[in-house]
Amino acid sequence: MRDFPLFPQQASTFAGPIDTLYGVLVLLSLIFGGVLPFIILYLMVRYHRSQKADRANAPHGSIPLELTWTVIPLILVMGVFFWGAFLYIQMRTPPQRTLEIYVIGKQWMWHTQHPNGKRENNELHVPVGQPVKLIMTSQDVIHSFFIPAFRVKQDVVPGRYTTMWFEATQEGEFHLFCAEYCGTEHSLMGGRVVAMSLSDYERWLATPGEVILPDGSSGVVSVAPMAAMGDPMALVGGQLFSNLGCAGCHRDDGAGVGPSLVGLYGNQEKLADGSTILADENYLRESILNPGAKIVAGYANVMPSYDGQVSEDQLNQLIAYIKSLSDAGSSGN
Amino acid sequence: MATTALPGRGYLEDDTPTVWSWVKAWLLTVDHKRIAILYLLSINFFFLLGGLAATVVRIELVTPQGDLLSSDLYNRAFTLHGIIMVFFFLIPVIPAVLGNFLVPLMIGARDLAFPRLNLLSWYLYMAGGIFALSAAVFGGVDTGWTFYTPFSSTYANSNVILTIAGAFIMGFSSIATGLNFIVTIHTMRAPGMTWFRLPLFIWASYATSLIIVLATPVVGITLLLLAIERLWGVGIFDPALGGDPVLFQHLFWFYSHPAVYIMILPGFGVISELIATFSRRRIFGYEFIAFSSMAIALLGFLVWGHHMFVSSQSVYAGLVFSFITMLVAIPSAIKVFNWTATLYKGSISYRTPMLYALGFIGLFVIGGLTGIFLGVVAIDIHVTDTYFVVAHFHYVMVGGTIMAYLGGLHFWWPKMTGRMYNEVWGGISALVIFVGFNMTFFPQFVLGYLGMPRRYHVYPQEFQVLHVLSSSGATVLAIGFIVPIIYLMFSLWKGKPAGNNPWEATGLEWQVSSPPPTHNFTRIPVVTSEAYAFPPEAAERDAASWRPGSPL
Repeated sequence: MRDFPLFPQQASTFAGPIDTLYGVLVLLSLIFGGVLPFIILYLMVRYHRSQKADRANAPHGSIPLELTWTVIPLILVMGVFFWGAFLYIQMRTPPQRTLEIYVIGKQWMWHTQHPNGKRENNELHVPVGQPVKLIMTSQDVIHSFFIPAFRVKQDVVPGRYTTMWFEATQEGEFHLFCAEYCGTEHSLMGGRVVAMSLSDYERWLATPGEVILPDGSSGVVSVAPMAAMGDPMALVGGQLFSNLGCAGCHRDDGAGVGPSLVGLYGNQEKLADGSTILADENYLRESILNPGAKIVAGYANVMPSYDGQVSEDQLNQLIAYIKSLSDAGSSGN
Repeated sequence: MATTALPGRGYLEDDTPTVWSWVKAWLLTVDHKRIAILYLLSINFFFLLGGLAATVVRIELVTPQGDLLSSDLYNRAFTLHGIIMVFFFLIPVIPAVLGNFLVPLMIGARDLAFPRLNLLSWYLYMAGGIFALSAAVFGGVDTGWTFYTPFSSTYANSNVILTIAGAFIMGFSSIATGLNFIVTIHTMRAPGMTWFRLPLFIWASYATSLIIVLATPVVGITLLLLAIERLWGVGIFDPALGGDPVLFQHLFWFYSHPAVYIMILPGFGVISELIATFSRRRIFGYEFIAFSSMAIALLGFLVWGHHMFVSSQSVYAGLVFSFITMLVAIPSAIKVFNWTATLYKGSISYRTPMLYALGFIGLFVIGGLTGIFLGVVAIDIHVTDTYFVVAHFHYVMVGGTIMAYLGGLHFWWPKMTGRMYNEVWGGISALVIFVGFNMTFFPQFVLGYLGMPRRYHVYPQEFQVLHVLSSSGATVLAIGFIVPIIYLMFSLWKGKPAGNNPWEATGLEWQVSSPPPTHNFTRIPVVTSEAYAFPPEAAERDAASWRPGSPL
């Protein structure tokens, strides 16, 4: 019981604007919810049975009054809606260049992997002042990645990627919670988010650490400074790409059995049924695990499914590699 | 059986020579009033059970560590609390108890349209309850009342199937009641009882019944699909089997959001009756209150996505659901304003039912306003799945539905039993519940905005003060719920005989004896006036005849 806060810390660029909107809503509620009880109390006393008040011509309805108390609240909630919608769209539109960190949720721990391949359990180190985008999936049930001090939360769903972004504004340690009930140790599935200066973050990235890998084995992941190695997630993914035999069909020059993947990520892909689709993480994921679902125009449905043959971890690496083949996908930091 | 009773005799009286025939007369009754009493007893039993589970949860949360329960037990406790309170208390309580008793009486009919279906609905309710309880007895269930997949379908190793079988069967009980109300209100109104002469409780029950009949089958199908996946591994929701876990949430909330209105709309109806009677005045803006119920019923079907703003739903879907959620706030606000305006130039008394009605308005305003917070996606992202949501829906469901139910129960208690309860104790309990409720749930708004997630067995130290506050409020609240049980029971033996119309109210139910005769009306009444047609000079008469010492 050391401290007794009433408001959470503000540690991201979203925290301020969201708290302002929240404050305005609290204020409006106080005006409405604070005045109305006094009107009711006044009427209750004024027109109590014992009071000899003027009760002649009591109205049974009034269209102008009904319109007033319909239209005024309507205007207010619409104002609140548009304000909130504006903020929401911002929260769901990551900037062009972000630091991309992969997150895997499983019962009952968080596993994160940084662009240089460094991994963490139940912790997330992020630099201050840099937009960070989390690309998240779950190995089992639905979880939810929640950092109250950043005012961000996103469900982490098995079988697909969800993303969320934020920019930390303040160094420090903050709570990391799982917010979607996920079984026995749901309340222990959390840890801390450590926001640090960019130079500290880069130093931290370069220190090797031991972690438990998503498949349960533990390993020391040695890392080299990012600048020297480029993007190891993509490098490992590239190795997988040739080991699994993907490169045989998806040739870079486009002459293979399958379409070339160069420049694919982030662009519109034309499909055999005439429609187009944005090639995002979820599309890439689906095309690896269930290739027949969406066939690229001009190609036959011949690719075998890799469902069960690649782990969530490897899938993340493959996707990092495919993204590195496209301008839109190369992450900046 | 009702057919053997004399039409003019009170519905509670029997000429049954043996205990067995008395039991049979109750368990095979097709009298809507007796079925209401059966529901009253069984639903209140489930309420106490759900309350017990909540007590365990609140005691555990006094300390940040998990010292009373293991995490598995804690998860089973809050799941039991949720399932019992939602499916076996909040959804049926007002329609099945007050609605069953009052719908025929208020519209001048001798029973519901399908009396046997009505009895069947009680048996279905009990069967569903027994399934859900047996799930608890055989080790409990730990999915939360929301049964999110793939946790519930693949990963949970508790009694999921038994529990959803219970909820599934209970759904048919709701449908039977809803169907009965719709047909009854359409076809069995007394001569002269036009739609716009109906008491507002009937309008609310009608809107509720429409939701029940349209939405409940969806949850039935959803739970069935969940069972199919869990039992036979057919991939519907689990992505490992080729299913879509978010599809479950869409289907589930397509029922469960309208279900919130199944809980609260009948409450609105009760409150309209109470405010009109204890202000001795026709309700202000009758048509607006009636149609706002219908608007809520309609819009309530279009906002299910606001439970899923962070579920991976698209930005556009989020915006559309947020927009419609804002709109649904308006008809609720209209009701509150019209109730307030009804007090103006009324002749108000502070009897227990009125105190509950005012408590209802206070709590519902807070519940409704925080609903707007949650409808704004940007704020919802931060507070969803935290105690903010927990506090919000308790304000709406407990502060709304239970306050209305208790208010209605006190109001119609003299009619149902023929006896008056103790007015002093009634007032005290209404006050204690109001205070205890706010102590329990207001701190949870603060907790939620601070980031305390819901369904947490252990939590960080800094949240303890607020949790202790909330738990101590729950103690007060528990006392508030136990006191009425005692004095209401007591009134059955010692209460003053009520007379036909102790509140000088206007509805048809007050024109028959208390308790009403088995066939309600020996002659079907002919209605010639609007609802709540209090004589204009009634208020002046009140003021003139009021002496110090008269009941407030």
